[in-house]
Order: sequence, then C-alpha cells, then structure tokens
Amino acid sequence: MVILFELALTFYFAATVVGIVELFRSSKATETFMLLLTGSGFILHTLSILSRSFEAGHLPVTNMHEATSFFSWCIVLLFFYIEYRYRVGLLGSFIMPVVFLIMLSSSVLPREITPMNPILRSYWLWVHTTLAFLGDASFAMAAGIGLMYLVQEHFVKKKHLGSLFHRLPSLQMLDEINYRLISLGFPLLTLAIITGALWAESALGSYWRWDPKEVWSLITWFIYVFVLHARLRQGWRGRKAAILSLVGFAAVLFTFFGVNLLLKGYHAFVK
Amino acid sequence: MNILVTGLNHKTAPVEVREKLAFDGEKLPEGLDALKGTPGVRGCIILSTCNRVELYTEVSEADVVKGRIVRFLAEFHQLREDDLRGSLYFYTDRDAVRHIFRVASSLDSMVVGEPQILGQVKDAFEYALSRKCTSMVLNKLMKKAISVAKRVRTETRIAENAVSISYAAVELAKKIFTDLSDKSFILLGAGEMAELAVRHLISNGVRDVAVANRTYQRAVELATELGGRAVPFEDFKEALVNTDIVICSTGAPTYILYKDEMKELMKRRKQKSVFIIDISVPRNIDPAINDLDNVYLYDVDDLQEVVDSNILERRKEAERAETIVEEEVAKFERWLNSLDAVPTIVALRQKAEEIKRAELRRLLNRLQGIDDRQRQLIEYTISAVVNKLLHPPTVALKEDREDRDILIAAVKALYGLEEGDEETDNRHKRE
Repeated sequence: MVILFELALTFYFAATVVGIVELFRSSKATETFMLLLTGSGFILHTLSILSRSFEAGHLPVTNMHEATSFFSWCIVLLFFYIEYRYRVGLLGSFIMPVVFLIMLSSSVLPREITPMNPILRSYWLWVHTTLAFLGDASFAMAAGIGLMYLVQEHFVKKKHLGSLFHRLPSLQMLDEINYRLISLGFPLLTLAIITGALWAESALGSYWRWDPKEVWSLITWFIYVFVLHARLRQGWRGRKAAILSLVGFAAVLFTFFGVNLLLKGYHAFVK
Repeated sequence: MNILVTGLNHKTAPVEVREKLAFDGEKLPEGLDALKGTPGVRGCIILSTCNRVELYTEVSEADVVKGRIVRFLAEFHQLREDDLRGSLYFYTDRDAVRHIFRVASSLDSMVVGEPQILGQVKDAFEYALSRKCTSMVLNKLMKKAISVAKRVRTETRIAENAVSISYAAVELAKKIFTDLSDKSFILLGAGEMAELAVRHLISNGVRDVAVANRTYQRAVELATELGGRAVPFEDFKEALVNTDIVICSTGAPTYILYKDEMKELMKRRKQKSVFIIDISVPRNIDPAINDLDNVYLYDVDDLQEVVDSNILERRKEAERAETIVEEEVAKFERWLNSLDAVPTIVALRQKAEEIKRAELRRLLNRLQGIDDRQRQLIEYTISAVVNKLLHPPTVALKEDREDRDILIAAVKALYGLEEGDEETDNRHKRE
C-alpha cells in the first residue's frame, strides 16, 4: 500500500523538523513529541514493508526504492534500540535527518515490483540482505554518534559551553557507543559478505566475481578493519575514531547508492 | 488586605548592618513573638539569612503599622531608628507579593539562581507556622511563593549552569567522562581554590585520589584529609599514566609539564582522555597541551570565562523567570480580591437561590392540583427560611472585623463556593 509509505515519510519529515528545533530550544515536550512522531512513522513504515513483502512474495529489497526504504527502516530500528539502551539526548536530531533523506531518495525512485531473476530466488536473499542492511544501519548510527562526538568535542576544546553543550551527552559515552556500534556493524558486514559469497556460489557457480558491489563492500570492510585495529592497537579513540566512522559511512553510502546508480553489476537491479 | 514587607538585603545594607539586625539563635522566636504582639500585626514571618533580613507581615493598615515595625526592629536590636531607615525597604500588597515571590525564586539573590534561598524561605515559614505567628493569608502567600519558586526552577534553566570556578570544573569533568566514580584524580600542589574543586569532585563520586606536593609532609597531610594517597612530587608524571583528572596549583614559576612529555604520556595512556585543570598563576602547564587529541586543558581564565558566560545565561533565564513571577502575582492578586466579601455574599445567595428553585420545582411537580394562593404561600415560606438562614452570615461578612478574611474563607469552604483556582491551592495545603 503506497499510502503507508507516504505517511511514514511524512512522519519522518515531521520528526526531522522537531529534531532540528530541539537543537535550538529543547524541552521535555519536544523530546517526547519527536519520539512519538518517529515511533508512528516507524509503525507505518513497518506495515508498508510487510504489505509489500506479501505482494512480492519475498523481502522487498529487489529494487532501489525498496532497498533504500528497508535501509532507513533498519536505521530507525537501531535508533530505538540505542535510545532505549543509553538515553542519548538529542540523538534523534542527528539521525532523523539522515533517515528522512534516505527515505526521500527512496520515494523518488521507481516503485514497480520487478519480477526477480529466478536464479536468485532463495532464502539467501533474506539472510544476506538483512545482515548487510543491519550492518550498514549500525555504521550509519555510528556516524551519527561520531558527528555528535565531534560537535561536543569542539565545544569542550574551544571552551565554548553553550546550551547545546549541556544537553549533549559526555564525550566518553559517545565514544563508547560509537565503538559498540562499529563492533556490531563489522561482524554483520563480514557475515553479509560471506553469505553473499555462498549465495553467489549456489546461484551463479562462483564465490567471487569482482562485481562492483563486491569490490566496494570489500573496500568498506577494510576501512572498518582499520578503524577497529587503530582503536585497539594505536589507541585511535575519540576524535580520530569519530572522523573514521564518518569516512566509513561515506564508503557505505557509496557502496549503497554510488555502485547501484553509477556502476553496473548483478547487484544493480538491472536486468 | 494588607501585606507588608519590611527588610534589608545585600544591596541596601553592608554586612555590618545586616549582622546587627540578624535574627539568629534565640532571637528568632523572641523576635517573632514580639512582632506578633505589635498592635496591627495580624501575622508575621521573619526571614533572616546572611544576605537579608525580611519581615513578612499581614497588617491592619500598612501606613500606620510600618512605623511600629521600624520601632520594633530598632528596639529589639538596640539600634537607633534613624540609623536603620536608610537601609530599609518597604513593599505593600502587589509589590510585597512580587517581592516575596522573587526572593523565593532566587531572583533577588546575590548570585541569581542560587538554590539555598528556597530552603531558607521554607524554614522561615515553617518556623513561624510552628509558633502560630502566621495568618491565613500569609500561609497562602508563602505556600504560593514556594510553588512559584519550584515552577521557576523547572521551567527555566536559571539554576542549571555552574557559576563558580570549582563547580564549572566538575561540570566539565562530567561532560568529558560519563561516570566519575571509576576515574582517578591527582592534585598537584595545594591552594584553597584547588581544595574546593577537589571536594566537589569527591562529592561527585571520584574515589581514587592522589596528592603530590613539593613538601612531602604536606602531601601526606592533605591526602589523609581527603582520604587519598600521597605521591612524591618527582613521580607525578609517572602517576599521570593512570590518572584521568588533574588539578594543578603549584607555586612553580614555570611550566612543569610540556607538550612533548604529555604526548609521550598519552601514548602510554593508550590515548585515554585526560582532563587537566591548571589554576596556578603563573600557569604551570604548557597551554599547547590542549592541542593534543583527548587532552582537555583549562586554566583559571578559561574557567572564569565559562562561569561568566553561565552567569550571562542565567540573566537571560532570569528574564523568563520574571515573566512567570508576574503571572503568579496576578493570579495571587485575583485570589486576594476574591477574599473581599461582596463576591462571596453574591455567590452564597446565588447558591441558595439555585437550591431553593430546584427544590420548589420538585415539590410543585409532586403536589398536583393546588391553587395559586397555596403555591404562593409555599414559595413565600421557603424564601423566608432561606433568607433568615442567610441573614446572620451576610451581616457578619459585611462587618469590618479583624478576622473577616478567615470568615470569608470559612463561608466559602463550608458552602462549597470555591472557584476553579481554589482547588490547586487546597492541594498545596495538603502537601
């Protein structure tokens, strides 16, 4: 049902606006209101994805519209988890704009359900894409938290302690959540690559075909290997880790959008 | 209705005068009783803090009683009235209500937004209440003042930011580290301001405390006092490898820690964050250290700037608080006016009239087949009963007597004439 998607998009937009307002003047009321809007959007979004699954007969990730929609769904899911677990003030103000933009790009992409290539029909679709998308969502969240870290760090270093400083969480907390998210995203991405290879083997006869998506996933994977290694070995925590998580997410975004839109391959939904 | 505030504070009187007028120890009960005994004073509360002495009174006639209160103050403290007058201020009615609300909300304090004053106001009120010196209007006024202060506290950020250097340091530490209880701390040198900051840190959870001083004996003394351990001064750099918060306040004429040394230390710390507060003048820590990743250095001027901008922030919040106070003053005034007898009499009569009509209608419905004369007779009798019952209270309410406010409140309560606003007030009374 198309209307569900549009409604979810509208709610995310409203949540984004309230989230931005919250950056400048916050109260308990705006905070609750933002969560309420996001929550309503999420429920509608979930229903939209479910209805499309029934229509298509498989997880709706087989064209760009569906994939971006599912991607932002995963981010919101993770947002609620982090919010519930850590109660990070203002997280929504940093994350919801990203969610809204991804949803917006999804809304302008062609929506017709394309019949799936029969050789790709298998449970691997479900396993592989869910792992990949949850991994990407963790990286998105880590980037949002990283950005918050950089903002807060800027305040502390420049000794400019305004009202935003008071409402953002502590540096240590942001750094810890950033690390946890990357430690969550990395194994998910690794498993996504492995399951992708297994799927390719069963469907196409070889594990690795140097498809652009595969190449860029590998590049992204190496970036996060570096992020984790630098943190554990070199003590690259705090600012450096925050910047790296933004770099990593840029690679994720390119793998996601760039490869599909600019380069061709069997991931590109082009027959 | 006559509320009178007589007082002096840090703005109108120097400490030499304030201390002479303070109601401390035994003076408070004696003063309250003497003030209550002054002719024309219906109720009184005495607020005496180091920054202000204020008498909140409900009086029969402000202009007359004002002079008596000044005389009481002078006689009680054995001063000359003329010496006193210059420092005193007086507020009546609306201005008095506003003043009391502002005092309780910490808008009249030396440090705007400081939290102690509300407690002091509460104590002063409760003490006067326990000695039965207050009046109904004063009770209501003080309860309202306390709830206004709470409203100001929750709806503005007036008390949010630190306005002293040592609190600013703690506030920063909490934004760098999540939990101070698993962080280690070292004090280099000594000094009063440093000690204050250390105490704030400890009361905010820091447990692992070390002290280094050029005089080892002094370090041991201070460490015992703070519940920490002493470190020989030569070893402090080594200690920094495992220390998260540093306060430096030595009398050294030069830097005792340079950027390159800190860079090495950070490697050994695996880049774990460190917060350094240098409150020594001249500075003891190379300012360039702040450029290192995960090192946050604040000197005394930085902290002072934080404090200054916080004070500015508080002023802005204070403006919002003033609006809230104005709102509440207007509300309270409405309540005061409602204590005036006329609306109460009208309300009482209206209620009686409503009941009479409703009951008459029911009765006449049941009594079928009576003629007009009979009906008039019934109506007349019921009206007479109602009027006769209402006559004495009406007369009493109209009389100009000392306890009229109490009577009005009693009539309202007994006949259930409370308006919407009253409900919230009753809730406060129960609190």
